[in-house]
Amino acid sequence: MVENRPLLNILAHVVLILGVAIVAFPIYVAFIASTHGPTDFLSGLIPLGPGHNIVPTYKTMLTNGMASAGMPPLWLQMGNSLIMALSISIGKIAISIISAFAIVYFRFPGRSVAFWLIFVTLMMPVEVRILPTYKVVADLGMLNTYAGLTIPLIASATATFLFRQVFLTIPDELMEAARIDGAGPMKFFWDILLPMSRNNIAALFVILFIYGWNQYLWPLVVTTDTSHYTIVMGIKRMADVTDAQPQWNYIMATAILAMLPPVLVVIFMQKLFVKGLIETEK
Amino acid sequence: MAAITLEGVGKTYAGGVDALPSIDLNIADGEFVVLVGPSGCGKSTLLRMIAGLESVTRGTIRIGERVVNTVEPAERDIAMVFQNYALYPHMTVRQNLAYGLKNRKMAKDEIARRVDEAAKILEIGPYLDRKPKALSGGQRQRVAMGRAIVREPAAFLFDEPLSNLDAKLRVQMRGEIKQLQARLGTTSIYVTHDQLEAMTLAHRLVVLNAGRIEQVGTPLEVYRKPASTFVAAFIGSPAMSLLTAEAAGGVARLGDATLALPADVTAIGEVVLGLRPEDLTPVPAGTEGAIPMTVSYIEELGAQRLIHGQTAGQGIVCAVPSDVEVGASLAVLPSSGALHVFDAKSGRRVN
Amino acid sequence: MKRTLFRQRALAYLLIAPQLAVTAIFFLWPTGQAIVQSFQQEDAFGLHTSWVGLANYRALFSDPTYIQALGVTVVFTVAVTLSALVVALLLALAVDRLVRSATVYTTLLVWPYAVAPAVVGVLWWFLFNPTIGPLPYVLEQMGYQWDHSLHGTDAMILVVIAAAWPQVSYNFLFFVAGLQSIPASMREAAAIDGAGPAKRFFTITLPLLSPTTFFLAVVNLVYAMFNTFPVIHATTQGGPAGATDILVFKVYQDGFVALNLGSSAAQSVVLLVIVIALTAIQFGWMERRVQY
Repeated sequence: MVENRPLLNILAHVVLILGVAIVAFPIYVAFIASTHGPTDFLSGLIPLGPGHNIVPTYKTMLTNGMASAGMPPLWLQMGNSLIMALSISIGKIAISIISAFAIVYFRFPGRSVAFWLIFVTLMMPVEVRILPTYKVVADLGMLNTYAGLTIPLIASATATFLFRQVFLTIPDELMEAARIDGAGPMKFFWDILLPMSRNNIAALFVILFIYGWNQYLWPLVVTTDTSHYTIVMGIKRMADVTDAQPQWNYIMATAILAMLPPVLVVIFMQKLFVKGLIETEK
Repeated sequence: MAAITLEGVGKTYAGGVDALPSIDLNIADGEFVVLVGPSGCGKSTLLRMIAGLESVTRGTIRIGERVVNTVEPAERDIAMVFQNYALYPHMTVRQNLAYGLKNRKMAKDEIARRVDEAAKILEIGPYLDRKPKALSGGQRQRVAMGRAIVREPAAFLFDEPLSNLDAKLRVQMRGEIKQLQARLGTTSIYVTHDQLEAMTLAHRLVVLNAGRIEQVGTPLEVYRKPASTFVAAFIGSPAMSLLTAEAAGGVARLGDATLALPADVTAIGEVVLGLRPEDLTPVPAGTEGAIPMTVSYIEELGAQRLIHGQTAGQGIVCAVPSDVEVGASLAVLPSSGALHVFDAKSGRRVN
Repeated sequence: MKRTLFRQRALAYLLIAPQLAVTAIFFLWPTGQAIVQSFQQEDAFGLHTSWVGLANYRALFSDPTYIQALGVTVVFTVAVTLSALVVALLLALAVDRLVRSATVYTTLLVWPYAVAPAVVGVLWWFLFNPTIGPLPYVLEQMGYQWDHSLHGTDAMILVVIAAAWPQVSYNFLFFVAGLQSIPASMREAAAIDGAGPAKRFFTITLPLLSPTTFFLAVVNLVYAMFNTFPVIHATTQGGPAGATDILVFKVYQDGFVALNLGSSAAQSVVLLVIVIALTAIQFGWMERRVQY
């Protein structure tokens, strides 16, 4: 629509610049803090310009962590986070796509029961059933293991529904043509269904990677051994262990490193990210 | 190549809906049979049962000598062309054609030979490395046919393959399918709701209505001697006019007009008369055996002119050469032997 | 429903087995345990459990700290939802106006969604740090003594801001999508009918946006109630004096830290009922859009 209201356009820009500033401000301050030496904070207010301690701070954190306080180096924590994020996202996608395949393309007794069983998990966030779930994992001897960290989180009603929707929009004739072409169920799945769902899988992967990387409560309760710490929960442990005067430069360096991978994923895969976000909420 | 035999084939859906009570049909080796009928008449269901995509509730389906009732679609030695083509969107044209052959573990050079041959026949060689998305509707249609041809099957099954094309392309592809089938000589079953397509393609027409066969015959037989009022109204364009009249003593009374019935008609009482528009000629009023009609409107088609009118409160259509002037009321005379007579109750033909 | 289906039953069960196994072991069984335990009590040594009927629930609802947590949760949830929605809508309206620079602004506004709530909590905790944080300094210039470790209101404002911050990105994306799906012709028709921008917003845009708004409201409520544990845990730990003690934090605290099994289980069941209610509302909304 052609509308000439320069004042409103200026207002729009002002609102957006303000919004971007609010969004960017905490990150800016965190980054600035991470570039200063620990003594720079003693003077009171934190400095608003960059300091000169950036290399030593990040180097120390990545390679040593806070060894004195029992915090493993960040490369290890980031490695654990990566393992967790990848296992959760790949695991969720794998088990959800095959269960959606079974629900959409097979006739078997108990199909709707299975569908509803998966559906009710929507109503059981881990925060709600945290203690009994912890107990199950402990009984299975899965505390302080990667399996314990990931497997309890890989059931996914959302992902199953997403793939179900995707499969329902694939024309029936494609499966019929494949059957006439001599493809059995698994061949149809690999040759036709999987390649046709590529975009949806990629979009979902972006969302689930962020979800997996950002897990907090679950790693907090199932990992007590520092070698299994993830960086997102580690940051809190660090704030705790550094006593009364948290070493803010180290903590902020950790915060920057903890948010970097998922933020980069969102910025560089923005299209897939938006697609995934909107699809998983349908 | 093979003959296809249906014996008492029926389909009842899980909900108890009887889609097809019982169908008997013999299709000879190399024959082109068209199943035609309005939507919901069961023609697609029947085709899909032959393909193995729908289960068979009763009866037996034979392809060649083999009963195939429970045989997997891939094992039936058939190929199918779908209305929406069902091309695999992520594969190139070449991969689409080769997919079924690969699944049968055919040797690579044999696959290449067949794909190239089909590409030559259908003139899709230049597009072999494109994806379906990059093709026009007509090209996709050819690829879908190519996928059927490379299989060298015992039978082709076509499920409304031209419905998604625009009118001009439809006529062109119709001709190509007819030539292709004549050239390959493969038994073909073709499903359509378009009677013109059915007339032009078929060796034999099977007219279906509400799950039952109304008539089987060559296009001309069906056109000239429709077995029922349903077939009479469905086959032929412009459609046959159907008029209710009173029969007695070898003549039928239609309002003020008296028409001589064919000699083999013995019916008495209410009958339905069928008259094709092109069998009616305008004559001076009062001519013996002529039907008076009042003109409602005229459809100009160029080569001819369709006069829609009323006689004795019923609709009647007459086709005249377009250079003939028509008045507000006129009389039309049926050519000799052009009168179709049907029983008013059953709708079956009586002459 | 597909027209034709595969009939290989064994394969179908095999395909769905992993999902069902994880669901049964880590979802259904623990939830069942929580429900059972909510009617039981363990003795001090954990050796003997006995059925106590509704005693745990009665104790829960006569516990002033739980009643306080309920109230805190309501305030927190509503504040997070409202602020995240309003800010996001403002930004989305602004982006919707600007054609050329829209994508740049969008990229600059969406990424906070990717930042873990726990990290967000730590960031704002730092920004509001009474001794070195820049925000309390500014507030002090304006004559306000900020201290979230002493003042409940300050603490609440802190966690609301931290919890709403990443959610703004999420709402923003959906509002932009919602605005773009409103046909331009509607606004054009209104403009021809003489409605100015403000009038158009309230009479055309806002009503047509209401499905998106409703959907986002439910999603935000669920988020604020259940996914904000990290924000609380990484910052105020429910304090001062329970001023930010929301239900999901309390159920963790009473279960893991205070080891009060019966009460924690009863709290789990109460939360479960809330999730079921919210899911039912959300699913009712979904069903209108998605064909099942």
